[in-house]
Amino acid sequence: MSTKAVIGRVVIYLILAMGALIMLVPFVWMLSTSLQTAHQVNIRPPIWIPIPAQWGNYSRILDFAPHFPRSFVNNLVVASIGTILELTTAILAAFAFSRLRFWGRDILFYILLATMMVPGEIMLIPNFLTIVRFEWLDTYRALIMPWAASILSIFLLRQFFLAIPEQLSYAAKVDGCRDFRFLWSIMVPLARPALVTIALLAVISSWNAFMWPLIVTNSPSMRTLPLALALFRGEAGTFFELLMAASVVVVLPMIILFIFMQKHIVAGVSRSGLKG
Amino acid sequence: MDVHLKGLTMAFDGHETASLFKRGSAPSKVIAVNNFSATIKSGEMVSLLGPSGCGKSTTLMLLAGLYRPTSGQIIFGGEDVTRIDAEKRGIGMVFQNYALYPHLTVRKNILFPLKMKKVPKAEANKKMEEMARLVQIEHLLDRKPGQLSGGQQQRVAIARALVKEPKLLLLDEPLSNLDARLRLEMREEIRRIQLKVGITAVFVTHDQEEAMSISDRIMLMRDGILQQECHPQEMYRKPVNIFAAEFIGSPPINMLDRDGQRVGVRPEHFTLSQEQDFFTGKISHLETIGRDTLIRVQSAENETVRTFVDGNTTLKIDDTCHLSVKPENIHRFNPATGERVGDA
Repeated sequence: MSTKAVIGRVVIYLILAMGALIMLVPFVWMLSTSLQTAHQVNIRPPIWIPIPAQWGNYSRILDFAPHFPRSFVNNLVVASIGTILELTTAILAAFAFSRLRFWGRDILFYILLATMMVPGEIMLIPNFLTIVRFEWLDTYRALIMPWAASILSIFLLRQFFLAIPEQLSYAAKVDGCRDFRFLWSIMVPLARPALVTIALLAVISSWNAFMWPLIVTNSPSMRTLPLALALFRGEAGTFFELLMAASVVVVLPMIILFIFMQKHIVAGVSRSGLKG
Repeated sequence: MDVHLKGLTMAFDGHETASLFKRGSAPSKVIAVNNFSATIKSGEMVSLLGPSGCGKSTTLMLLAGLYRPTSGQIIFGGEDVTRIDAEKRGIGMVFQNYALYPHLTVRKNILFPLKMKKVPKAEANKKMEEMARLVQIEHLLDRKPGQLSGGQQQRVAIARALVKEPKLLLLDEPLSNLDARLRLEMREEIRRIQLKVGITAVFVTHDQEEAMSISDRIMLMRDGILQQECHPQEMYRKPVNIFAAEFIGSPPINMLDRDGQRVGVRPEHFTLSQEQDFFTGKISHLETIGRDTLIRVQSAENETVRTFVDGNTTLKIDDTCHLSVKPENIHRFNPATGERVGDA
């Protein structure tokens, strides 16, 4: 390798390292703070490696937020069911909009797309009123149903389905395969990279959702994790070490999920193009 | 199983292809197949031949049940299948781009039609292996389609089409994506497999040489209309119209105007002669390919013909030569209608 190439490499890695650092510092700070005493939290410059580590902060989460485990379960339920529903509706709708022929199909699709231009905040109140009419306030249904279908997901998946050659569906038909079976046995496995992306987006947005759970739930047992975090900010000030300990607990599942899914994302990208 | 097509017509509406934002550009109505009637006999290999856009692929899609005809009937054996869906017609089909399921192994690709028919596993596996042996891909069963060459993919596609023992095999330009040498090899393979299985087959192609070499019978199409339907040699010897004459044969037939008729002579039917006879002109082009030399001769009236002479010829460009032809090798056509005339 020539000197010039070496220098080029070094520069590239420096830039990449800086990017990684910027991404990582908040997480490291969060972890570090979660292991400090209330006093250490306020020391400037900040302490990066607290000795001894205050693991007790993690058990003290429950003192301040006794419903924290329940909120964790709520998050799991809402995120998993919501994601499954979103995938289901996206798969079915994308198939209809890409493969089935029916009157007004494209116009209907463009109308759906147009709703993407409406900011989410505008839909907050109408959705809330609908939930109230259904008498769904303070239930899982209220937390899940408004997100059971996503136009963006339908759109993404439809584009992916359109790229799958028409002849594949002809071949499947000739092989004796009906529409639904074709969707399940051929289209869905082929669209796995797109489905992983959609699922990740759905899980993350559901896991982190704040505004909607805040307005449709009242009882502490129906609260989700982002709302539970708010409990650590009291009138007497914020308990940063506890808030950060709780935040670590909230973030951890997402990080684990990402590490696990990474394999699939990479597999999806490196998969050779659809040949035939 | 005999297959009968009766007055088959397929018209596409403009809106079927035009999208919301492309209004007005598409033609309002296209008749892809026009009153097509023919019979395909049991065990026969028939080629649907014609230039692109002649309706041959549409005819195949109609046979497969992937399109619904506008009018007409399709009869398999004694049964009218016009309204029966592709899934239930029990046919095998091979596509130009193979259309293998990319996420499944070769084994699972071949098993797929049997799985759809709910054939018991042991029996399905036996059939799959038999078929893999027939098309010579036993060693590739655990690979994915992406890891195979074009020819191998085509073999898998044939195995998948045949494994459920269909009564009819449809091949849609199966050789078009292969390179020239492989095309020749697969052409012979397809014929070998078809004869061995004894299946009735329909082969769509735009390549006249392919159709001539592989099929028992050729159906020549143009603009959705069946032009001629006969044995390949018959089509070569007695084209029914100018289109058929010009479409079949390579290099193409020489067309001239003689006595108020369009007259066709195939290149190999000219012979050099000493005195002036049927055609006289100067050699404008000359190329030797192995055994033969192809010459292009241009007359004083600016008509050109191509013909073959011996590869060891001493003829040069700008030499004058006289060509003669036996009367029985002259095809005569009505210049207005294009129809063949004057057969004894």
